[in-house]
Amino acid sequence: MIRDITIGQYYPAKSILHRLDPRVKLVSTLLYLISLFLFRSISGYIVATLFLAGIIRASKVPFRHIVKGLKPIIMLLMITVFFNLFLTRDGEVLFHKWIFTITEGGLRTAVYMAIRLIYLIIGSSLMTFTTTPNELTDGIEKLLYPLNRIHVPVHEVAMMMSIALRFIPILLEETDKIMKAQIARGADLESGNMVQRVKSMIPILVPLFVSAFRRANDLAMAMEARCYRGGEGRTKMKPLCYRTRDRIAYMVVIVYVIGVFLIGKYVPLRVWIF
Amino acid sequence: MNMIQAEKLIFEYEKRDEEGNVVGTSRAIDEVDIDVKEGQFIAVLGHNGSGKSTLAKHINAILVPTEGTVRVDGRDTKKPEELWNVRQSAGMVFQNPDNQIIGTVVEEDVGFGPENLGVPTDEIWQRVEESLKAVGMISYRHHSPNKLSGGQKQRVAIAGVVAMEPKCIVLDEPTAMLDPAGRKEVLRTVQKLREKKNVTVILITHYMEEVIDADKIYVMDHGRVVMEGTPREIFSRVDELKGYRLDVPQVTLLADELRKRGVDIPAGILRKEELVRHLCQLG
Repeated sequence: MIRDITIGQYYPAKSILHRLDPRVKLVSTLLYLISLFLFRSISGYIVATLFLAGIIRASKVPFRHIVKGLKPIIMLLMITVFFNLFLTRDGEVLFHKWIFTITEGGLRTAVYMAIRLIYLIIGSSLMTFTTTPNELTDGIEKLLYPLNRIHVPVHEVAMMMSIALRFIPILLEETDKIMKAQIARGADLESGNMVQRVKSMIPILVPLFVSAFRRANDLAMAMEARCYRGGEGRTKMKPLCYRTRDRIAYMVVIVYVIGVFLIGKYVPLRVWIF
Repeated sequence: MNMIQAEKLIFEYEKRDEEGNVVGTSRAIDEVDIDVKEGQFIAVLGHNGSGKSTLAKHINAILVPTEGTVRVDGRDTKKPEELWNVRQSAGMVFQNPDNQIIGTVVEEDVGFGPENLGVPTDEIWQRVEESLKAVGMISYRHHSPNKLSGGQKQRVAIAGVVAMEPKCIVLDEPTAMLDPAGRKEVLRTVQKLREKKNVTVILITHYMEEVIDADKIYVMDHGRVVMEGTPREIFSRVDELKGYRLDVPQVTLLADELRKRGVDIPAGILRKEELVRHLCQLG
């Protein structure tokens, strides 16, 4: 079950999105995330949905695979919806019982927030689905390169990120193994109240940390043995350079952001309270 | 020419108590002398804690000698300015395949070494392709290493070292975490590399069957080299090997038992076919 977490994992396929320069994808994702907060009307959401659907189509990543990536954030989503729903007091009261009150504004914010969060996650996971961590690292490194002048260790940070991503599936597998081993020894992970359950995580986390440190040590040694000595003097196997398709992609995204902003603002479309 | 030369190599590490105070030193390697010529296939055998892995790490300058010297391709590993040259001439493959693959795609991982060396982009691609072909993993070049079997992962790790074009490859128990099929796969790859590229190979292991093709075997125990010689010389001393807690291959063991019972066959038989031939000649 724990291996189902697909967030942040590369999905190999041959699509136009996979071939784009990672810098394009990074900047576009950022613009897309910002664009989600530029509108508050249903027309804006329609445009955003269409755009996202188009991108998913172009990425050739199966929709089911993307949805699977949403599972781990369900809890977060529910908490957000809950607070927005019951704690926003704005407009007409739709529902009232004991201490629970749902207002028009609350319902609207809750729904918008949920959609935004889901789009946010899908948008950013599409980037990681279509970009190998190494490309991602290269992209970040090149985008942030100017920071090197003020002594920010850009290359090192980028390398750390790519290694972290590489080890996600390995550590997940390990967690699974440790859980099974502890269950075999009679550990009870499923029942009990919140506190007991958190407590029962300790015998899983401790060996996981120990093994993670051991792995880190091994990996550092293996990297040194292969002459890794920081970013200086390193060449690239896949150096980044913009092509026509990258320029077109930039344009598409900019047009979308402006479009969604304008349509969200000036196209009045009202359905019930939304 | 000597590829690797260790003279009176001693390595000590500090023993500490729980507060981190030094309570003494422990010798992991004790006056070891080793000579490896270019193109040789050398095996180092030893039980757990015999110091064989520590020795391997000296060849790659991950550890430097406390006393004595190690020279790799004529370069002293103690000199900091030679560090990267030493590491380039002696590539190293470790035990756990998961913990030495850095890339998330096979070809990117193989390219990691050449990238670090500052090889121009075109040449990196050429080297990656060549080394993946050499280990027979070219058809997996776009795959994620996580989905490969243990043996395949280890072959990718070997390709990663080969792409750095080292003169010598040190394999530190590369088969210890693999199943029998994976073990054979890795050994066959190493064998093929030797034939094609004429690299010097140093194989550290505790599986005796893996070393019968070696040019020379060193047996280590408690940080010392206790036996050295050709496989035939080593395997004819079955009782001595057992004393160092090493398992002799079954054929050798059987031949040895037969010889003790008075059957007239030579000592140090390594292969099944060999034993069969000798036994048939008896009748």
